[in-house]
Amino acid sequence: MATLKINGTQHTLDVEPEMPLLWALRDELGLTGTKFGCGVGSCGACTVQVNGNPVRSCVMPVSAVEGQEITTIEGLAESSLAHYEPGDLNAVQTAWIDHQVPQCGYCQSGMIMAVSSLLAANPNPSDAEIDASINNVCRCGSYPRVRKAIRAIINA
Amino acid sequence: MKISRRRFILSSALVGGGLAIGYAATRPSDHRIANDTLAEGSARYLTSFLKIDTYNKVTVYVNHSEMGQGSHTALAMMAADELDAAWEQVRIEQAPATDLYATGDMAIGFAGEFGVPSFLMPLVKASAMKIAQIGNLQTTGGSASIRFTGQLGMRVAGAAARAMLIQCAAERWGVPTDECTTALSYVHHNASGQSLSYGELADAAAGLEPPEAPILKQRTQFNIMGKAMSRVDIPAKVDGSAFYGLDYNSDDMLFAAIRLAPVFGTKLVSVDATEALERRGVKKVIELGDSVAVVADNYWRAKEALKVVAAKFERSDNDSVSSADIAARFDEELARSEGSKDFEAGDAEAKLTQASEIIKASYSVPYLAHAPMEPMNCTVHIQNGRADVWTSTQDPLAVRGRVASVAGLNERAVTHHPSYLGGGFGRRLPFNWNVIDHATKIAMQFSVPVKTVFSREDDLQQDYYRPAVTSNFKAGLDANGNILAWHNRYTGPIQTPGAAHIPYAIDHQSIRVVNGDTHVPIAAWRSVDHSQQTFFTESFIDELAHRAGTNPFHFRLELLHKHPRHQKVLEAAAEAAGYGRNLAEGRALGIAVQESFGSICAEIAEVSIGPDGKPVVHKVTAAIDCGWVVNPDTAKAQVESGVIFGLTAAMYGEITIKEGRVSQNNFPDYEMVRMATSPEIDVHLIESGASLGGLGEPATPPIAAAVTNAVYILTGQRIRELPLSKHNFVQNSTLAKA
Repeated sequence: MATLKINGTQHTLDVEPEMPLLWALRDELGLTGTKFGCGVGSCGACTVQVNGNPVRSCVMPVSAVEGQEITTIEGLAESSLAHYEPGDLNAVQTAWIDHQVPQCGYCQSGMIMAVSSLLAANPNPSDAEIDASINNVCRCGSYPRVRKAIRAIINA
Repeated sequence: MKISRRRFILSSALVGGGLAIGYAATRPSDHRIANDTLAEGSARYLTSFLKIDTYNKVTVYVNHSEMGQGSHTALAMMAADELDAAWEQVRIEQAPATDLYATGDMAIGFAGEFGVPSFLMPLVKASAMKIAQIGNLQTTGGSASIRFTGQLGMRVAGAAARAMLIQCAAERWGVPTDECTTALSYVHHNASGQSLSYGELADAAAGLEPPEAPILKQRTQFNIMGKAMSRVDIPAKVDGSAFYGLDYNSDDMLFAAIRLAPVFGTKLVSVDATEALERRGVKKVIELGDSVAVVADNYWRAKEALKVVAAKFERSDNDSVSSADIAARFDEELARSEGSKDFEAGDAEAKLTQASEIIKASYSVPYLAHAPMEPMNCTVHIQNGRADVWTSTQDPLAVRGRVASVAGLNERAVTHHPSYLGGGFGRRLPFNWNVIDHATKIAMQFSVPVKTVFSREDDLQQDYYRPAVTSNFKAGLDANGNILAWHNRYTGPIQTPGAAHIPYAIDHQSIRVVNGDTHVPIAAWRSVDHSQQTFFTESFIDELAHRAGTNPFHFRLELLHKHPRHQKVLEAAAEAAGYGRNLAEGRALGIAVQESFGSICAEIAEVSIGPDGKPVVHKVTAAIDCGWVVNPDTAKAQVESGVIFGLTAAMYGEITIKEGRVSQNNFPDYEMVRMATSPEIDVHLIESGASLGGLGEPATPPIAAAVTNAVYILTGQRIRELPLSKHNFVQNSTLAKA
């Protein structure tokens, strides 16, 4: 049994302790906003936040995140806004729409989770700091727009 | 009488003008089928692409997949603009995978592009829908959605529906149709001050026949096309709610992990699954001839259990084949065979004997995987003689047919449920069926939905690859450095005609293709043959420019005097990139240009050599002439995307074959451009007003040569083999100032 606190709700799951969080989220809880990309922690499509920090859920066993605050894309806006109403978006999500960042969109849950973490920890990152912390793969090549959207948030 | 009139109109469309031929003329009664079989409540179809309800909401049914290229939005813009609909009231839906929504307009478009004689085009047009239906074509590819389905289908459907609504209103008011106007989903009769909403007219209008040749708007009349509209799919892509094939879930479903024969084309010999079957959640281990699959109640459990399945595959003649063997085989074939004609002009062989200098160069590129971010997957649920399928696909209708054929069902007993695609790039086209076939066979052993997922390792090792190609050039120069002859022999096959052709004014050309077949399966990969061929031709022309002692930009411009559109994009890119002005120390600009999928794209890469001896691409300036632009912001996004896709291939992309199988496992050894290595990209859209060109692919081909041409200026090293990661460079500071 694993007890996971996901987007503010406790879930008790009958899963192996070594099951990666990704598959507990997707196949056990039906939280499919978090994506499977590589399974080896390389591409970042599966990025969630654990206590606000970006974590690649495909290589994070559930036993390692029990009792921690896990946030997925589905709960991101609620976790990051002081006054949340259903349907609200956080600043990163809004900037992603304003700058039309996603193309196929598949990597963007992970990208948005990673960028939201970065900006929460460092509201004014340099380009070098952005490059160092956002190394998610986007096969559609949304990188120029990711950078533009981050810059817009910083300058807002 | 009716037939001859239709023939006349179809023919007249060839010379342009305002008459639009496509949807309405080829499928006059489709909206009746849609109304009979699909309509619910009071909403009515006016053409099968457009539904209007009594609340005056318009739904556009798009028969192309949304895989990031933004064509759902752009296609709806084209229909809505011609309809004069209020954009805010327009909804977009993926059309169902049924015959009614086969991509017949695409068949017409490609027939024209690939040189079907004009006298046969009326026949093609009249039969295109039938051909598409028989062939199960509902294809998204070839950068074709906007330029073919949009232009021949969506715009015509919008204009036809608008004419039907006007006709209804005019009859109701007892006024001539030419006194009626339309705007924002209303028909108005200004003289009498009367107005009716489309919603109020739709029921009656649905009883009319669409006009055979509705008149399309001039560009100056556009209200929606040409404006940067926000993509309708994006909001769902920022909150995790967008539905991809991999996201299908149900309480009772099962998950399959699969191990396919590592050497392509070999069979499974034996399996020992004793240990796997004891694992938690494992339901079954299935042998499938060329593979073994573990089915469990969670994908991770299936994948872990598969690791302890011992499987033996048969030996084959290909077990020892390596990339080096394939390259050697290509060289042998090129030395041995005259191949078959791709393009010939003049007498290149004779001119080579007269040349004062012959320049030779051999280029090659490796196999590449598509690696869309969403790994290949397919969920199939077979029950009660029917099947439901969830899979991200570039051809839902073909998937329906394929699943039916594998499962032994009637096509109409198979439903494909639409989803967004987590990338396609050609991987999700018809004939790349391995995941569909295996998922279907696995699901046939259960009565619950079974989701078969290729791991990223499977994705890289069981793809249908961009072909490895070798291209050998010879050019003959006269004493003044003028090019007398262009001679190219390359390994095939030709997947898309014309990719190896050059726009340069060289009178004597001989371009021939030799057999390049191997045991490695191949398929279309974003821009198909253009990505390899443009690297070859745009590098070799650059070599000739340097040999002639002429600046590569002016050298190209001079030889492009018969191609003003090429010249214009080159000039626009050069101007924007600051070509000829002072660059930062240690940087150089490389140029390339290519026409593909109806568009002409020039790219200029600003490059330096990093401290690690690898090239750094700082900025890419692209100018593209796609005729005119439907949605400018998505157009730019596609160019950005195409550049980065091609740059990843040029910098890192390599699938190597060792012992008959693919060596690469996962992203760590199939590296991608990421934020830190992504250049600034400056896109310029050139609207020449020519026919619509594609945008999904044309920006990919030029980038490799643009980068390597800059690397040559910086280092004096001519890169004739990709990827760049194989090479180390030392910057030559004297050359860098060139």
